[in-house]
Amino acid sequence: MAKRVGIEVSIALAEAVKLANVDVIPAYPITPQTHIVEHLSEVVANGEVDAEFVPVESEHAAMSCCCGSSAAGARTFTSSSSQGLLLMSEILFIPGPMRFPIVMAVVNRALSAPISIWNDHQDIMSQRDIGWIQTFADTGQEAFDLMLHAFRVAEDRRVSLPMIVNIDGFTLSHVVEAVELLSQEEVDQYLPPFKPRYRLDTRKPITMGPVGMPEVYSEARVAHNEALKASRRVILQGWKEFADLFGRQYNPVETYRSEDAEVLLVTMGSISETAMTAIDTMRDKGQKAGLVKIRLWRPFPGPEFRKAAGKAKILAVVDRCLAPGAVCGPVGAELRSLFYKVPGSPKIFNFIAGLGGRDVTVGRFEEMVDKATAFAKKRPKELYEVIGVREK
Amino acid sequence: MIPEFEKFTRFKAKNLPKEELLAPGHRACQGCGEVLALRMAMKALGKNVIVCMATGCMEIITTPYPQTAWKVPWIHIAFENPASVASGIESAMKVLRRKGKISKKHVDIVAVGGDGATSDIGLGWISGALERGHDFTYICLDNEAYMNTGVQRSSCTPYGAMTTTSPPGKKSFGQVTWKKNMPGIAVAHNIPYVATASPAYFLDLMNKVKKAALVKGPAYIHIYSPCPTGWGSAPERSIEFAKLVVETRVFPLYEVIEGRYIMSRKISKPKPVQEYLKGQRRFRHLDEEHIAYIQQRVNADYEKLVRLSEMT
Repeated sequence: MAKRVGIEVSIALAEAVKLANVDVIPAYPITPQTHIVEHLSEVVANGEVDAEFVPVESEHAAMSCCCGSSAAGARTFTSSSSQGLLLMSEILFIPGPMRFPIVMAVVNRALSAPISIWNDHQDIMSQRDIGWIQTFADTGQEAFDLMLHAFRVAEDRRVSLPMIVNIDGFTLSHVVEAVELLSQEEVDQYLPPFKPRYRLDTRKPITMGPVGMPEVYSEARVAHNEALKASRRVILQGWKEFADLFGRQYNPVETYRSEDAEVLLVTMGSISETAMTAIDTMRDKGQKAGLVKIRLWRPFPGPEFRKAAGKAKILAVVDRCLAPGAVCGPVGAELRSLFYKVPGSPKIFNFIAGLGGRDVTVGRFEEMVDKATAFAKKRPKELYEVIGVREK
Repeated sequence: MIPEFEKFTRFKAKNLPKEELLAPGHRACQGCGEVLALRMAMKALGKNVIVCMATGCMEIITTPYPQTAWKVPWIHIAFENPASVASGIESAMKVLRRKGKISKKHVDIVAVGGDGATSDIGLGWISGALERGHDFTYICLDNEAYMNTGVQRSSCTPYGAMTTTSPPGKKSFGQVTWKKNMPGIAVAHNIPYVATASPAYFLDLMNKVKKAALVKGPAYIHIYSPCPTGWGSAPERSIEFAKLVVETRVFPLYEVIEGRYIMSRKISKPKPVQEYLKGQRRFRHLDEEHIAYIQQRVNADYEKLVRLSEMT
């Protein structure tokens, strides 16, 4: 039976990986991901899970090792963050088209320069187009549940794609929360063993990773993109069955007090919790504000988002990432594209907030809603504003 | 001594495996010494092997999709990382065997890279895999420059050689640095088996590859691989150069078994390096002074190696 415990979120996430009976964990330490891999190396050392922990010499080697492990047919997990994720970048683009269902926890952290160990989403946004399925967790419970969901979806033969679960560094990874940890029996009920369609096998030799000449390259890339788009069905099915078994329902896009809202805040990750408090405060004051949070980032859940946005007139989209020289932030740009020339679509304003660990308070969310409301009347010069920057 | 070495039948002219695991029809240049070395290595390894290959000539000539020259499981991920990919495969097979998910039978895992992939961009990745002690063999096919991208210098390019990024000119004489000692770097990881080989001595090459596969833990083999296209040498002379390089002591053949250096072929009456250098366009510009310097360094390196073999 599941048991509810007070636990650090990194440890809860690592426990989920252990319960998934992972086979190989190639990992390299980086703050704030360390507690995840430390705990995993500990459970391997204690024999709590029969797995190989490969203490690789860099994140690039970690992802390369993951590719080899997954190609050999092993359930494979790694975790990284920030500069580490960027060092992996070259290899991150490869398991998608090669259909390796590697699962990774990305503990989101700012990018250098200046060096910062604190939280924002600039690391993962720089890796937006790596072709992995990507979800975001808001709470410890979600981090635990989404991890199990990730193995199940990634390894489903209809999907066979790598998958990332994003959790915010420190503000989520290092906090102690009440989390209901599922038992081994419960996890086994939800997550079948990994049975790869293809693997490196001397009895059935295959060539993996050949050269794509111009006559086949486009088709290979399109096939991967089609697989990523089609994974949506399995992602939803995975969440539905999770809800049927354990009572917690996840959706690609979640809403909070959004039904009659005129202004909607749009968030991703753990700041959604603070945003919900801000919505309550504004509602108490009589403002018709609501919240939409994006859980599934790739493949982007366009229809679900449009439905969630409903009849709202204004979207105040929060990005945890500054895209230098761009028209607006990555989430802002995504939503502007989604609603472009759609009749009756809301006005969209983009706020860049919480860079490098800067707190995003209830007051800041109220400020964003107020500013978006004002901008709807008088269009600002730029499509985005960085919130809370000191002038002096 | 390594027990696995006692029980294997050495390759001789009479017992050469007939089966080609690297099939003909690939797209290598005429006279390619690298693909020849690889073909022999595959014959020595046999069918029971998984090959991880770095980006490079051997990768592109053997796998233009939908064709493949490989009759064994083969994987390519990127340029610098076949040693890490091999680490992943080895770890996966170890745990899957323990869990009863795959056959208990041992499978050899071989990572293959060129000199650029090995001595430059992939050096850290190789070091990591050797240090962790994975049971695999790393084969460096050394044609002494980045040939796949059009003959640029690597740290394995020999002193004085002309490449497109070490051109001789008014202020230069070609490659200004001495070839990096990759086998020495491998030895420094205290791995059980390191060897050098040349396709001209193909039985020696095959026996070394077989030993590398048999040994438990990491093994490293550095194979000299003539490249007529990149060197400006006649394709029909590749084997001749592969022989001359040994006879002039420029590329000595040796093994390092558990730290003990063993000369595979002692060259008591070396030919002058000049004989090896001539006939290759990459060395054509070198004057007597440079050749004398090369001769002197070659002698010194060889003597050092002989001393190591006597000491260990």
